[in-house]
Amino acid sequence: MIFSVLGSLFKKPATIKYPYASFRMPDHFRGAPKFDSSKCTGCRLCIRDCPSQAITITKVGDRKFEASIDLGKCVYCAQCAETCPRKVIEISTDFELAQTDRGTLKVTFHAEPAAGACPDESP
Amino acid sequence: MTAAAALFQMLIFPGFFFLIILGLAGQFVDRKLYARLQNRVGPPWFQPVADFFKLLGKESVIPEEADKRMFTLAPVFALGAVIASSFYIPLWNAKPLPAFEGDLLVVLYLLLIPTLTFFLGGWYSRSIFSTLGAVRSITQLFAYEIPLLIAVISPALLANTWSISGMVQYYTSHPGRWLFNLIGLAVAMVTLLGKLEKVPFDIPEAETEIVAGTFTEYSGRFLAFFRLAIDTEAIVSASLVAAVFLPFGFGLAPWLAFLVYLAKILAILAVLALLRTVFARLRLDQMINFCWKVVAPIAFLQVLVDLVVKELL
Amino acid sequence: MSDIEHIVQIPVGPQHPALKEPESFMIDLRGEKIDAVRMRFGYNHRGIEKGCEQRSYTQDLYLVERICGICSYSHSTAFVQAVEEIAGLEVPRRALYIRTLVAELERVHSHLLWLGVAGHEIGFDTLLMYTWRDRELVMILLAQLTGNRVNYGLNTLGGVRRDITSEQLPSILKVVDSLEERTKYYIELAQTEETLRQRLANVGKLSKEDALALGAVGPTARASGVDRDTRRDDPYGAYRDVSFKVVTDNHCDVYGRTVVRLGELMEAYSIIRQLVKNMPDGPILVKAPRRIPEGEAVSRYEAPRGEDVHYVRANGTEKPERVKVRAPTLANTQAVAKMLEDGYLADLPIVIAAIDPCFSCTDRMIGINDHGSGPRRVMSWEELSRYGVDFYRRKGIDPSRITLRGGSAA
Repeated sequence: MIFSVLGSLFKKPATIKYPYASFRMPDHFRGAPKFDSSKCTGCRLCIRDCPSQAITITKVGDRKFEASIDLGKCVYCAQCAETCPRKVIEISTDFELAQTDRGTLKVTFHAEPAAGACPDESP
Repeated sequence: MTAAAALFQMLIFPGFFFLIILGLAGQFVDRKLYARLQNRVGPPWFQPVADFFKLLGKESVIPEEADKRMFTLAPVFALGAVIASSFYIPLWNAKPLPAFEGDLLVVLYLLLIPTLTFFLGGWYSRSIFSTLGAVRSITQLFAYEIPLLIAVISPALLANTWSISGMVQYYTSHPGRWLFNLIGLAVAMVTLLGKLEKVPFDIPEAETEIVAGTFTEYSGRFLAFFRLAIDTEAIVSASLVAAVFLPFGFGLAPWLAFLVYLAKILAILAVLALLRTVFARLRLDQMINFCWKVVAPIAFLQVLVDLVVKELL
Repeated sequence: MSDIEHIVQIPVGPQHPALKEPESFMIDLRGEKIDAVRMRFGYNHRGIEKGCEQRSYTQDLYLVERICGICSYSHSTAFVQAVEEIAGLEVPRRALYIRTLVAELERVHSHLLWLGVAGHEIGFDTLLMYTWRDRELVMILLAQLTGNRVNYGLNTLGGVRRDITSEQLPSILKVVDSLEERTKYYIELAQTEETLRQRLANVGKLSKEDALALGAVGPTARASGVDRDTRRDDPYGAYRDVSFKVVTDNHCDVYGRTVVRLGELMEAYSIIRQLVKNMPDGPILVKAPRRIPEGEAVSRYEAPRGEDVHYVRANGTEKPERVKVRAPTLANTQAVAKMLEDGYLADLPIVIAAIDPCFSCTDRMIGINDHGSGPRRVMSWEELSRYGVDFYRRKGIDPSRITLRGGSAA
């Protein structure tokens, strides 16, 4: 035991100085969901399958839907992405999502009048 | 020696202030080494200072049922006893100010007081975990103190004096004779772990068993001073071990002797940190068994060696 | 220690540094020896079984997974197996292999975690740091394979959601190789390190008869010589296709449990290698209906802590009628009181840690002492809030000076 312990003195430490050193999760890590409203048809299957009622879909125009995902309620299971028949929801690898105010955890993905949707996230 | 110079020596250097700085530095060395041996990063150099000031700023809660006077005086006495004992130990100049024949026993007696204050502080906190920790502290005292005393006294037998500075003078004038005391050095290092309540003998402060033992109810500035007393006790005990078992380097130029002293302290703290890393915590009965059945006989062996050497030389 | 007549009662828990999760053990101490232990459970009760009844099967997958963090895959797989049996679904072989692979990886990470926690309980923090550093290899691998470090979300009704690509298979073998080397070092450590043996040997003794009588399961029972393992006795997943040893030991104490878990680690590496070598091709999913037909099933699974039993009753709708979970720790806690008899207080943390307690899994029920049933009262949220403020005001504490930040429902 004593030799391996002394050997550790000369090795690099196993811990990194996060958050001063950056850290990235592996690819395909289930982080925050992102919503592309240009593809959404309003079937609301995602709401039906969400374990924690984190997502709400509101109609804002003819075949235009907005989604609001509460990152505080989301359990990052990606069931919504799997259930959606049009692959509207995409899972990113973001995990540094902490906020000091619970209200800012609700992320709304607006429907852009022009082509392509732009997520509007409060920081 | 003028009163001002004496006061400077007592309070600033090499007294109170210097010892506290050295104590905090020693805590850093111990924690950093402990972390690196475990393949971790460890705290930055200013961590012990930051911890001390943080604790000073926290609320000091005194339990309702605790004996207020004993509770608040315990840390003060711990720190005071440790600092007082340091005056008699030659750190790097061979004759400290108040040296006299018999000061070895006075130092050993004064270094007993911190453990007594742990007991009193824990007992008068009137909390179950504190009481358990306090009782364990005193029980442990009976196990490690005897081998420590025997081991520390053996070099004095060879040097024919009861004063630490006298011993230093003897070993400086008879170079090489301190090698006879290496068994005692090993015994002293092991029992030092018990005195400083470090693994494998950190039973009085076993975090997973009795929360924090004696210090469970301590917070704020009382805890800050208790921890400061423990850190300084580490430095002072290490200085005692260095003066008694490693009495070389005292005759050099003052600044060189100072560096030798720092090196000795560093080496002793490093060995303590290494021992802390590779052992698990022993149970109280196992520790008492070990100290009485293994360590004490080895300490007696050291006495025998010194008596035989004294006859032959 | 002297035989003091004075009995001291100390509360270990619900909040205590020795316990990773809250449970209440009231200990009667005579000096340093334990006289009696009174256990009270229920601090982790979250109403999961009831919650399962109000959610569809798809939602329940994720709820059941979160019964526990360390053995989450056990609960998820046991639940899914029960539902698939009721629905009569035949899960494809590749999916079974992937499930078993992840199950064994979970066993590896759980046993390494246990080694670290055991080291911490006996004051051996170096073992904690080393084992948890090694465990990082498995956690990162699991994040790559399944998408998360814990709560893998891999199971779905009828198979698994993610496939293992051929590029990922070599990385699994690399992780297993390095971990096997480290585990051999820990086995050597357990055999040679003296202070470790002193703390683990002859502590928490449980004879074979007691283990059988008190219903101990998992490594706790196997360390007392009880030769039971659900993977061999009632095979599920791909366990019929792999050969492995069931590790038993006759020490009957904490040291035996350490040896059993280290042995299971080595067996897990062998199982993972066999699964990777023989991974069949094919689909990973069969389509499952939303409405599960009427029926009931009991599903057993060998979690890292022991035998995990799930019972599911379906009634033809989208939501289950009843879900019952019997976690392994519930079976093992009866044995803890026996193990602690006549032991030292210093051994209490390691004895409790030796059954690898997961109280989150355990608390499915809470017992309420009804001190004289009075008339029922229903309070609204505002009434409850005011009641609380008055309660503390009468005690001399003024909570109105406290302000809550955040603004949303407090």
